[in-house]
Amino acid sequence: MTALLERETVPAEAPEPSGRGGLAGPLVKIALLGLVAGLAVWAAFPLIAERAWPGLAVLLVATAGLFYLYAGPRHIPAKYLIPGTLFLIVFQLFPVAYTAATAFTNFSDGHRGDKQEAVVAIQTASVTRVPGSTEYALTVATTGDPATGALTFLVTDPASKVVSAGTPDGLTALPAGDVTVNAAGRVTAAAGYTLLNGGQASARSREITDLAVPTPGGAIRSQGLSRAYEGKAGRAYDAGCDCIRDTTSGKTWTADGEVGAFVAADGERLAQGWRVGVGLANFTRLVSDSAVSGPFARTLVWNLIFALASTGGTFVLGLGCALALHSPRVRGRALYRTLLVLPYAMPSFAMLLVWRDMFNTDFGLINNLFGLDVDWFGGAASARIAVILVQLWLGYPYMFLVATGALQAIPPELSEASRIDGASPWQSLRRVTLPLLLVALTPLLISSFAFNFNNFNAIYLTTDGAPFPADNPANGATDLLITYTYRLAFGGSGAQYGFAAAVSIFIFVIVAVISTVSFRRTRRQEEVYS
Amino acid sequence: MTKWLSRVGWRHGVALLALVFSLFPIVFVVSAALNPLGTLSSTEAVPTGASLGNFANLLSGTDFARWFGNSVLIAGVSAVASVFLSALAAYAFSRMRFRGRRVGLLALLLIQMFPQFLAIVAIFLMFSTITDLWPAIGFNQAWGLILLYLGGALGVNTWLMKGFFDTVPRELDESATMDGASHAQTFFRILLPLVAPVLAVTGLLAFIGTINEFLIANVFLTDTGAKTLSVGMYGLVAGERDNNFGMFCAGTLLTAVPTVLVFQFLQRYIVNGLTAGAVKG
Repeated sequence: MTALLERETVPAEAPEPSGRGGLAGPLVKIALLGLVAGLAVWAAFPLIAERAWPGLAVLLVATAGLFYLYAGPRHIPAKYLIPGTLFLIVFQLFPVAYTAATAFTNFSDGHRGDKQEAVVAIQTASVTRVPGSTEYALTVATTGDPATGALTFLVTDPASKVVSAGTPDGLTALPAGDVTVNAAGRVTAAAGYTLLNGGQASARSREITDLAVPTPGGAIRSQGLSRAYEGKAGRAYDAGCDCIRDTTSGKTWTADGEVGAFVAADGERLAQGWRVGVGLANFTRLVSDSAVSGPFARTLVWNLIFALASTGGTFVLGLGCALALHSPRVRGRALYRTLLVLPYAMPSFAMLLVWRDMFNTDFGLINNLFGLDVDWFGGAASARIAVILVQLWLGYPYMFLVATGALQAIPPELSEASRIDGASPWQSLRRVTLPLLLVALTPLLISSFAFNFNNFNAIYLTTDGAPFPADNPANGATDLLITYTYRLAFGGSGAQYGFAAAVSIFIFVIVAVISTVSFRRTRRQEEVYS
Repeated sequence: MTKWLSRVGWRHGVALLALVFSLFPIVFVVSAALNPLGTLSSTEAVPTGASLGNFANLLSGTDFARWFGNSVLIAGVSAVASVFLSALAAYAFSRMRFRGRRVGLLALLLIQMFPQFLAIVAIFLMFSTITDLWPAIGFNQAWGLILLYLGGALGVNTWLMKGFFDTVPRELDESATMDGASHAQTFFRILLPLVAPVLAVTGLLAFIGTINEFLIANVFLTDTGAKTLSVGMYGLVAGERDNNFGMFCAGTLLTAVPTVLVFQFLQRYIVNGLTAGAVKG
């Protein structure tokens, strides 16, 4: 994976195609190729420093490929396709492929690293203070920003006075010349570290309590902000039985490679496991696990309704306004049009938050204006109506613009001819104008549907999925699949990356199938009308 | 009179109703931005006081100016670059015949149905490595985010542009070739000026889309000074939504300014471009 990640530098230097003709053309080409070479050298240094040879190889091959492509006269289509394609591969295809691969694993909180890391985590977590533990003087430091940087424990050994830096990766002794230690044994300055003062440290006291520095046979943990002790691990890995053994009770948990966890004979699982492939388990869970599949099916149905209602509603509204203003007799049309598209110019993320507050039960404008006392986001039905209404407001100006343009593109002779043939305005609209409009706008309607199907902002910034049923805090009444996925991956109740990735794949399949089918149908429609 | 009503009057009626629906949230935002108390609970539907206090607080008390600059930079650069990358590819797809052309077009259509943000976990892990190797394009850097957004440059826009390129008669580039123009000269000198409308439209859509992008930016930009408008302003009302509401609305109005300016600048192309693209889509 590292190799692929490092390929990232290449698009940074994606060149523009050869130049503007005359003498300027070759000059621009040479300048751009020089830029590519310069960027490649810039990108190569960190790779060499990190000894990331596969990454360096990818970089070299990519740079050589670009030189071959743009210096010579051949492969003209590729010259135009490669710049965009490079970005597409690195920042779109690679993450998608990685997501797809994740969907077949149990990657989640507790199943992040390999087995070795799980064993270290289990041992470190089981550390308890025993009589006679070594006590250290502790200074909390960081190599980054005092408020957010990764924490390091600077501990002074009481016997040898040696100062060591402890991180979750282990303990390393610092050279005596780099640190200043006061009389009490505490570090007061250390080269390369920022020491946290009392206020900064207490602001992060929770992280400090959670940090355990693994040592052979146990771990160093903090006690308060200025002392640390080395505790003994209550559980240890036994390579003979490939199990974890509790040193006091003697209970054992045996490694199970299928689920990536240590499991006891009575079925109890240790929380810290490792990452393994689980085949289709994440997908079957969507269908067969009743705690998941029921709410999931409900979310899917609501998601379809939401996408259809948003797309259809905005189209009908926009078309209605466009038709109303599509007459030279209406005075002030230009002014109407400018004002109608104003919502489109407002930043939608901010307006979604404004709408959220307009629906606020206590101070919201809607309740104030109509003298209501409705808890809009409290009931499933009212919350759903509210989010669709917001979507209508945001989306219809665009449809209005598009429909206006499409109406203007239809030759007026057509509706004139139908009028002369005796058609009523309604008939001429239904039989002549609408079919022509639909041919022009169906591709846009399909992409609008695909967009709304995954309209993360529309839900996350307004209801955030609320209201939630009492028994299921993960899946609310207005949740779309995409906000549900986001909660699975980044929500408070533990990250379930593998399962979230499986839902992403599922979303992709649904959107792809619906869009493909409707594109097929449009093509047939176009053949009929043209 | 009745004739007027049935022919023209109803049109005004529909338009006025639509205007009320369109404008009342905007009037509310203006009212909140001018409201001297600056809280949600004290804001009325129409402005009751006029004070620029919220704007002053926003500019002096928060990093709004930085966010604004970041957003304009990120959205502007990625809109221009993505339109350019897309136009290059559309030119190849429209004017050249090569192996894999059909497959390439279909693949683009399929890939863009998997939105980039669905892969947010993979993107996060990927950029953790990038930040270690090249901090200049890593987390909290505008350039890193721009590169990431360019991953979605080829997609539905390429189709839209290809359709537009197809409407430009081939005889034009053929005669240029006869006069000795290279393929690059044909592209830059002949075709790009002719497809300006669709460039303007896709550019505007890309600009608006990037200004409003929240999910990826929220994961990507955590330093206060590096945030974009969407991430920064979300932070304003995430904690204290009642008290900061006036400031938030002032920010909303200011955020609309670049969009309106870009819109005005590109306006003469917009309506033509939208439909021309749509017809060919």
